[in-house]
Amino acid sequence: MLNKNSNGSGVQKETQGRSVTFRGGGFSPKPRRWIGPVVFLFLIVIAEWGTRAGWISALTMPRPSDVFVTFQQLYESGLLAKHLGPSLSRLVVGAAIGVSIGIGVGVLIGLFSYIRSGMVPLIAAIFPIPKIALLPLFVIWFGIGEGSKYALIAFGTFTPTVVATYGAVDNVDRSLIRMGQSFGLSWWSIVRKIVLPGAMPGILSGLRISLAIAIILLVAAEMLGAEYGIGAYILEAGSLYDLERLFAGVVILSLLGVIVSTLIGLIERYMLDWRS
Amino acid sequence: MDIRLDGIGHSYGDVEVLKDISLDISSGQIVCIVGPSGCGKSTLLRFLGGLERPKTGEVLQIGSPPEGSLNPLTYVFQDFALLPWRTVKGNVSLVLEGHGLRTDQSSAIIDDVLARTKLTEFADALPKQLSGGMKQRVAIARALAVNPAVMLMDEPLSALDSQTRELLMDDLVDLWSRQPFTAVYVTHNLAEAVRLGHRVVVLSRRPGKIREIVEIDKHLNAREFGDADLDAHQKHLWRLMRDEARAADAELLHA
Repeated sequence: MLNKNSNGSGVQKETQGRSVTFRGGGFSPKPRRWIGPVVFLFLIVIAEWGTRAGWISALTMPRPSDVFVTFQQLYESGLLAKHLGPSLSRLVVGAAIGVSIGIGVGVLIGLFSYIRSGMVPLIAAIFPIPKIALLPLFVIWFGIGEGSKYALIAFGTFTPTVVATYGAVDNVDRSLIRMGQSFGLSWWSIVRKIVLPGAMPGILSGLRISLAIAIILLVAAEMLGAEYGIGAYILEAGSLYDLERLFAGVVILSLLGVIVSTLIGLIERYMLDWRS
Repeated sequence: MDIRLDGIGHSYGDVEVLKDISLDISSGQIVCIVGPSGCGKSTLLRFLGGLERPKTGEVLQIGSPPEGSLNPLTYVFQDFALLPWRTVKGNVSLVLEGHGLRTDQSSAIIDDVLARTKLTEFADALPKQLSGGMKQRVAIARALAVNPAVMLMDEPLSALDSQTRELLMDDLVDLWSRQPFTAVYVTHNLAEAVRLGHRVVVLSRRPGKIREIVEIDKHLNAREFGDADLDAHQKHLWRLMRDEARAADAELLHA
């Protein structure tokens, strides 16, 4: 409301303010626990409804309930364990080899000028190679058995781990390293007590990507010479156009991915609770 | 152990930052180095502790460090440089590891320095839980733990707010009074210099040369916030520096 000034000079004075328009907020996503499962459930319900009602043909997509039944049969027949066992061991052994060599090489690249100059272009050259294309080569080098499968997964996890690790080492606060030097810490102590823990956040977030790639490569690794394994199971179902089994296999891979991601989340919570 | 700077000069590329600095630092004294920004005072400190090498001149240690000194030349940094993944105790123990100390020896040292810096009850806290002032006290505790011959303090209070700075200055005076230590204290804050320095070395702007050395005789304990004679010293220092600081401010960086 506007009042005329008492002396009538015509100067107007606002007595009742308007509240200031709020324009802050946003740009900071927060976890909403239940949204994730709801999205999954929503998509499954849509697929179930569509396949039952007929507006999704059986050729396009299997009915989620059928996939579930297939999965149940797989579990009850004991075949699930038979497929999962070899796959998990390939995943664990392959990823362990690739990740540990990757972290080692990444740290060396992060610390030494010559290794850095020599290795970074090499890594850039092998990163984009589809590792699946090299499977025949690995079979020749490491045999048709487990060796070639470990090698494929190891090679696939190696490159992203290296890139994440040397990036993480580069990002370690140099002032902490200077501090270590100023207190006369040995080179090895500085690497072990300052560089590695400082690089851990970056290494772990790289691990999320590397391990997802390991799961992707599992199917490729089981293309040749694998009787059992989730990948072999999926490939067989695919070639027979058995969509229920194909999807049951894919769901297992997805679950593996979720489990791995959760595990890394737990490790991060435990190891990186010092971050503010 | 004394330290002698003998004709120190340095340049980065074509830019000469320090020129012909000669200075004696005798034990038990706090020497403050002040100067306009970019005059190379922090560079000088890095030479003192061997983190960088001067182009000309050398830094000499005269006499041997005290018995049991694990790291004679020890820094306290402006940004604290604490390992965020280690607790207060862990940060102190970092600098004791690798010296072959027994567990009971090192925990005795840790307990002692934490008590001296009033941090005992925060031994198990992580740096992220501490305020800036507390973090710097942890860094000071860490420096004391190695029993240094000379403490090299690089603007240790500059990252703190002015109240915390006053409190920490009192703490430093207390520490010194109970057990005098030798320190080279680089700062741009003249109030800190006249409060803590037995001698204040004024550097000129780039290339940094010693402009004047001001001796302040008053006992550290007797100095108080706002003392008239300290103010007089501070005004004198500011007069010395004002034109230099203005000229330095107007210079282009890396021109």
